[in-house]
Amino acid sequence: MADDRRTHRSHVSYIDKSRGYYGAQGYPQAYQWAYHHEVPFAALEKPLAKCRIGLITTSFFERNINETSVAGTGTKEPYAALCSDALGGLYNKDLFWDKDNTHTDDLDTYLPINRLREFAAQGRIGSLADRFYGVPTDYSHRRTTRRDAPQILEFAQQDELDAVVLVPL
Amino acid sequence: MSLVARHLEEAGLPTVVVGSARDIVEECGVSRFVFTDFPLGNPTGKPGDVEMQTTITGMALDLLERAWQPRTTAQTPFVWDADCNDDWRQHFMKVDDSNRTALAAAGDERRAAQATAKAEGTGRG
Repeated sequence: MADDRRTHRSHVSYIDKSRGYYGAQGYPQAYQWAYHHEVPFAALEKPLAKCRIGLITTSFFERNINETSVAGTGTKEPYAALCSDALGGLYNKDLFWDKDNTHTDDLDTYLPINRLREFAAQGRIGSLADRFYGVPTDYSHRRTTRRDAPQILEFAQQDELDAVVLVPL
Repeated sequence: MSLVARHLEEAGLPTVVVGSARDIVEECGVSRFVFTDFPLGNPTGKPGDVEMQTTITGMALDLLERAWQPRTTAQTPFVWDADCNDDWRQHFMKVDDSNRTALAAAGDERRAAQATAKAEGTGRG
């Protein structure tokens, strides 16, 4: 790939884009994105080859969601479901991803269950947990931190996870 | 999602986020982040490209193992378009004279639908 010179950063700023996009839709208040100066860090406590890994997605397990419902009126809750039940794909049409340029028909492009199972078979990780976990994309930081995150932690503890891979769509 | 990662880390559970919205994840601040510079939708690799999916998932495992401090970001080596056509970056959430009126109308419509839902008691509390 040729070197280049640019007047702007090349990766997309979704914070900037969404501010302009929703402003144009008549929402005067810009969304307040989460910002933290301090960042927690936990190290693995055992070799990866002995770790049970969990996968977390923002996609939905239920496939019979009313597609005509108004955004924000759903009853999304954090959930845990068997990986084997997800292989046919998850529901994410209501999420904000680039539907003009790609698709989510291939599960492993956003929830790499098969790829992690292969790593487990090769001994790179101990295992992939039998269950994966879903957390809704929520406008409210409060719901995410006080309801969703503790529920996901509880799932992780029930399944004795050693590490987690989170894949927001 | 990044807020969930932080909560798990605070409880002592190591995490890695794999995503394509670099600014959102890094502003929130997570321990480990694999950045895939693709349109939103396929952070762990292109559809049908098993080799790429394996590489990106493997990078997430590498970070779990090797990162020694928070805010460790690794960018995948892949580009969305082999010819470096960056139109997708401009196109997504575009606002210009071609769609300004339509966006304003869509906003009005959405607010009206939400007001109706709220009046009917079907809105989220």
